Amino acid sequence: MNKKHIFVRLKRRFFEGSFFGHEKDLMKRIVLLVLGGLLIACSSEDDPTSPNESSIGTAVNFDRSSMLADWADAIIQPGYADFLSQLQTLEARATQFTENPSDANLTALQSQWENAYTVWQKISMFEIGPAEAINYRLNINIYPSNTDLILRNIQEGSYNLNLSSNRVAKGFPALDYLLFGLAETKNETLAVYSGSQGIAYGNYLLALIADMKALTETVKMGWESGYRDTFVANDGNSATASVDRLVNDFIFYFEKHLRAGKMGIPAGVFSGAVMKQNIEALYHGNYSKHLFLTGLIAVQDFFNGKGYGDAPDGQSLATYITALNTVKEGVDLSLLINTQFDQAKTRVATLASFKEELQQQPPIEFLEAYDTVQRLVPLLKVDMVSAMSITIDFVDADGD
Amino acid sequence: MQRKSNKYFELHTEAAPLAVFRILFGALMFASLVRFWANGWIEKLYLEPLFHFSFYGFEWVKPLGVYTYLLFVVCAISALLVMVGLYYRWAIALFFFSFTYIELMDKTTYLNHYYFISVLSLVLCFLPAGQYFSVDAMRTSKTEADRERNRWIPRWNLDALKLLLGTVYFYAGLAKLNSDWMLEAMPLKIWLPSKVAIPFLGNFLTQEWVHYFFSWSGALYDLFIPFLLLWRPTRKFAFVFVILFHLMTGILFPIGMFPYIMIVSSLVFFDPSLHQKILAFMHRFTGSWSAFIIQKKKPESHQKRFKGLMALYIVAGLLLFQLLFPWRYLLYPGELFWTEEGYRFSWRVMLMEKTGYAQFKIVDGQSGKRFYVDNSDFLTAFQEKQMSFQPDFILEYAHFLTEHFSKQGHQNVEVYVESYVSLNGRLSQPFIDPNVNLSVEKESFRHKTWILPFNDAIEGI
Repeated sequence: MNKKHIFVRLKRRFFEGSFFGHEKDLMKRIVLLVLGGLLIACSSEDDPTSPNESSIGTAVNFDRSSMLADWADAIIQPGYADFLSQLQTLEARATQFTENPSDANLTALQSQWENAYTVWQKISMFEIGPAEAINYRLNINIYPSNTDLILRNIQEGSYNLNLSSNRVAKGFPALDYLLFGLAETKNETLAVYSGSQGIAYGNYLLALIADMKALTETVKMGWESGYRDTFVANDGNSATASVDRLVNDFIFYFEKHLRAGKMGIPAGVFSGAVMKQNIEALYHGNYSKHLFLTGLIAVQDFFNGKGYGDAPDGQSLATYITALNTVKEGVDLSLLINTQFDQAKTRVATLASFKEELQQQPPIEFLEAYDTVQRLVPLLKVDMVSAMSITIDFVDADGD
Repeated sequence: MQRKSNKYFELHTEAAPLAVFRILFGALMFASLVRFWANGWIEKLYLEPLFHFSFYGFEWVKPLGVYTYLLFVVCAISALLVMVGLYYRWAIALFFFSFTYIELMDKTTYLNHYYFISVLSLVLCFLPAGQYFSVDAMRTSKTEADRERNRWIPRWNLDALKLLLGTVYFYAGLAKLNSDWMLEAMPLKIWLPSKVAIPFLGNFLTQEWVHYFFSWSGALYDLFIPFLLLWRPTRKFAFVFVILFHLMTGILFPIGMFPYIMIVSSLVFFDPSLHQKILAFMHRFTGSWSAFIIQKKKPESHQKRFKGLMALYIVAGLLLFQLLFPWRYLLYPGELFWTEEGYRFSWRVMLMEKTGYAQFKIVDGQSGKRFYVDNSDFLTAFQEKQMSFQPDFILEYAHFLTEHFSKQGHQNVEVYVESYVSLNGRLSQPFIDPNVNLSVEKESFRHKTWILPFNDAIEGI
């Protein structure tokens, strides 16, 4: 009824040629026209959920905001919660150890450091929102650490861990040094903590853990008090939309921190010279490979929308690609990507510890394993990004 | 025949459409530049990057450090001068040079519509768009006769703008007549579903039939709109289509000011009476300029016609160039979308979803030492994205790397690239021959033999 009325008016204006008669009404008419057009378009769609019959009638059936909700609720937030509880345990073990620097307490602390560091690999990739705001990753895991600075901080007893200059003297790499790198043997390490400067060392240990805990609480709180909803609601397609941003962050993490940071840089891929000192968990000596594989599996799990721990699986990049492909009818990209993930995992798993592999001149086995990881980069950065039409930057572009 | 065409070039028409075109063009350009600045793009695109990609032959055009802001100020002021028509010829020439300089500073930011603005402003340098409804007219017209003379322009002035605009549309339409666009609805099939969050429209954008509908109607629109605008009975409908089409593309894609520029430009197809009304409307805000809207007729002076003749030859040359230049791709072997040899400056708009990845390997020819480059050490994310699927960018960057690592003390630097490119939804495939040392390859207009062949075929123009 109302619709018809609009059409009659529009029709009259067209055919009687008065459309451009009065400039001041022009805008009003354009608005009317656009609204009318939308009305026609909307009314022609009777039942959007009805099944499609002809081949051209297919549609991409995918809800980006439900994917965002799954990421937030089943992967990211449970991950932060787990990590925080790991840090709480770490703090308890460290308190125990500093109060009583026994062999058993050191072992317990070292093993909890391994647990927490492992969980960190599962959440490090989500450098978005509250994490991005505080440079979470740089504050928790920059390596190699600066041992001179660590020792100076301990000697002087006064330090501000919030300073960016102290990032190389804190986080997991600094703990690695304090728990595994102070001396050759465990007894010698215990001697440091029970010696004349033991309290200073212990305090620094505790300060580092408190710092990591505080940062993690900030990030976790940020998600709980508002960012989660902002994140899920921002379901558009632009350089600032959640999907585009997290996919960019995800690829950046994969390329820079996982591929390059944990393997490429130590292997000298970017410098031409092997840099053994640059492996993760340097002083532990036999944990870099485990941390890398944990990170790689976490990346693959995120790609597939695997719920964190007991959380249910949900919508993911893989299901999104599959949904887009119902229209595109191309190759099964998510299968290709998963196959390459599996190959990389298998190949890296066959390596000895990274420390041992990098003793080889040149480290051929290690470089070959690196290549299987490298092959994922074009798949993610080219094929996945292109299939999903991810925007990388906020600038005008007309697709040429 | 000869006489008839001579007669055409002696035809005159009212200056109002050209004046309206000048005013709106100046205003939109000013707004574009302010927007560009306000978005922080001067800093981000021209000051932050360490390295800039140049157009072949224009390597000397570089950002001017902090004076780049001054360049934008000059460009914006000249746009304002064009709008009000003060020292019009100088202003439009200044606008052309400053705007074009800006566009030449880094080809990463190349957009067809920026090129369109450069071409348009160059043509406008030779049209008397400042003689009517302008400060110039107010300053120089002393007598009634002056005013009367300013009211008229050669008819070909407007036809030249129509031809230019028509070329842009028609060629954009021709370029869409390929198998990816028409038969596969690519790349819209990739782009549209990602816009699902747009209110109202979003739900349709995931439907396959909508992808085909947009592809076909987009091609038909581009091909026919110039003719529908030219023919009086369809003109009003056509203009409604122009508005709808460009508003739609403006909602769907990040194309900035382009939709508004095209909508405003299309007004040139209308009769002077409409433009007189627009000027009358503007006059309400401008006051005393109304003196120039008068209704008597008088022939042109002889001197004026001579000046117009020079301009005619130049503008004809520019338009001929526009008609021919887009066809240069025929001189190159291989798939145009893949090699992009002859792709730019040809009104090929929105045709490709192309993404690439390029990993550069540096080899010290003396020591045999080899390592890979972290592109983010030298390029911004936007530059890296654009570089990784365009061969001329890859070559220029390879030369930059050669120079950089030679300075660092490496001997006989060789540069190789391992690259993958995905085009319109196809699985990525190797793009550049990884065994070719790019540091010794030269840039030229010749075919780049080190681009690997495209494993598929795209039929069409």
